[in-house]
Amino acid sequence: MNLILDALAWIFSPDQYGPGGVPTLIGQHLFFTGLAFGIASAIAVPLGYLIGHTGRGREVAVALSGAARALPSFGLILLLVLLIGVLQIVPAVTVALVVLAIPSILAGAYAGLEAIDRRTIDAARAVGMTEWQILTKVEIPLGLPLLLSGMRAGVLQIVATATLAAYVGLGGLGLPILQGIQLRNYSQTLGGAILVVVLALLLDAVFGVLEQVAVPRGVREGRGATEARAASRPARAQALSGAAD
Amino acid sequence: MSIEFRGVRKQFPDGTVAVEEFSLSIPSRTTTVLLGSSGSGKTTLLRMVNRMVDPSSGSVLIDDEDIARVDPVALRRRIGYVMQNSGLLPHRRVVDNIATVPRLNGVAKDEARERALALMDTVGLDRSLAGRYPRQLSGGQQQRVGVARALAAEPNILLMDEPFGAVDPIVRTELQQELIRLRTQLEKTVVFVTHDVEEAFLLGQQVVLLERGGRIAQVGTPAEILANPASDFVAEFVGADRGRRSLRIEVVHGRQVVVDADGRPAGVLAAGGPAR
Ligand SMILES: Nc1ncnc2c1ncn2[C@@H]1O[C@H](COP(=O)(O)OP(=O)(O)OP(=O)(O)O)[C@@H](O)[C@H]1O
Ligand SMILES: [Mg+2]
Repeated sequence: MNLILDALAWIFSPDQYGPGGVPTLIGQHLFFTGLAFGIASAIAVPLGYLIGHTGRGREVAVALSGAARALPSFGLILLLVLLIGVLQIVPAVTVALVVLAIPSILAGAYAGLEAIDRRTIDAARAVGMTEWQILTKVEIPLGLPLLLSGMRAGVLQIVATATLAAYVGLGGLGLPILQGIQLRNYSQTLGGAILVVVLALLLDAVFGVLEQVAVPRGVREGRGATEARAASRPARAQALSGAAD
Repeated sequence: MSIEFRGVRKQFPDGTVAVEEFSLSIPSRTTTVLLGSSGSGKTTLLRMVNRMVDPSSGSVLIDDEDIARVDPVALRRRIGYVMQNSGLLPHRRVVDNIATVPRLNGVAKDEARERALALMDTVGLDRSLAGRYPRQLSGGQQQRVGVARALAAEPNILLMDEPFGAVDPIVRTELQQELIRLRTQLEKTVVFVTHDVEEAFLLGQQVVLLERGGRIAQVGTPAEILANPASDFVAEFVGADRGRRSLRIEVVHGRQVVVDADGRPAGVLAAGGPAR
């Protein structure tokens, strides 16, 4: 109990609000998270849409995603730092975080498209939509909730793993944790850990809300609402179990 | 616009031969009904007309042009298609579903909307439903939206795949009557798929009875098929040999009453010949 109070005291102590204090650390943490999330999305979303739209390449994607997930994050960071070079730490860490987040986002993107009733896609094609119009006007809006749930999983992975950036000297909320362990200042370690958890919960909540809002009104509303939710649940479970294997 | 099937065959990638070899000529501005039991290849044949299915061999011609050489997207936008399920886009309101094709063709939003509302009147849908989503409609209402959407691009050809399959007999009769009314009003070439003999005979000027594999058992007007079934299969399918189709006249209280094979009265014989 005392430890937690001490940790909170550390978080709110005035010297944490000077240079290199808590806001700076959170800023660094969010910077890495945002950067990695942006790059991971830029790669995984188009790729996932391509797989989901054409129905091709799914096996390859699942295999590669599984392999990427099996990589130990810390090992990956160290390996990349060694490979890319000690002077290129920022790209090394970013690449590691990107690699970790891609599987979830990729799975969300293609699972979102795969979960759409085939008859809806067929109908869109039959009325004369081009493949691009089918993707942008039908598949993307209907697949958005599952994409966001994949992004939610991905961003949580990044936020948690970005803590490790401190080990290669890049700061972020891993820094007080690491320093605290070295200095045996456990209130500082716990303070850092609490901040990571709060950050993760906040991001989780934000994506949770987005996910709800993204469900198209016609799917959410009316008598079909419960039905639609029931139908999207297995799809989401599938996307996430895809995330686990 | 006339449609011609020339020796088409369809084998799906999994090896299923849905249509073995099929030829048929559909005159412009008539209604042709493809009639057959489940799996006889009706949907496959219908979808060859808008290139949702490309034949493995043979060709389909519209106004003597081989559609294999026509861009499928452009082709589909000028052919109305009512799907076996209503095929509406779940995330779009009724009015936007109906306006889909005009919007794709670049018609301005307001104009497309106006046209969609007018089409709701045409198919007997209350305009107050315009803002609803497909899930908030009954099956019969969804089917009407499907018909309105198919009409929205003002196509010369209308493909209808069991469009009234999902509705109760009363609404079904209503929709059939509406289609007959629309047909006279709009002068379109209609290809209509059903497995219901009554419906086929009610709507079809030409009825094509299909056996498994899209083989034609008989082509003709309803009267021709009833009067002269080409085979036992045809006779049995249309029920010419039994029940309500086999009628005879009995005189009751001095009036001629038409009764079916079981002796149930079907009606009285009108005095002045055909009443139409
Ligand atoms: N994409 C496909 N791949 C493989 N086989 C198919 C495909 N589509 C249809 N078939 C098969 O082709 C045959 C004809 O199918 P089709 O859908 O044309 O029948 P239908 O007459 O419309 O039947 P229904 O009245 O049940 O709608 C069936 O045996 C069906 O299983
Ligand atoms: Mg069918």
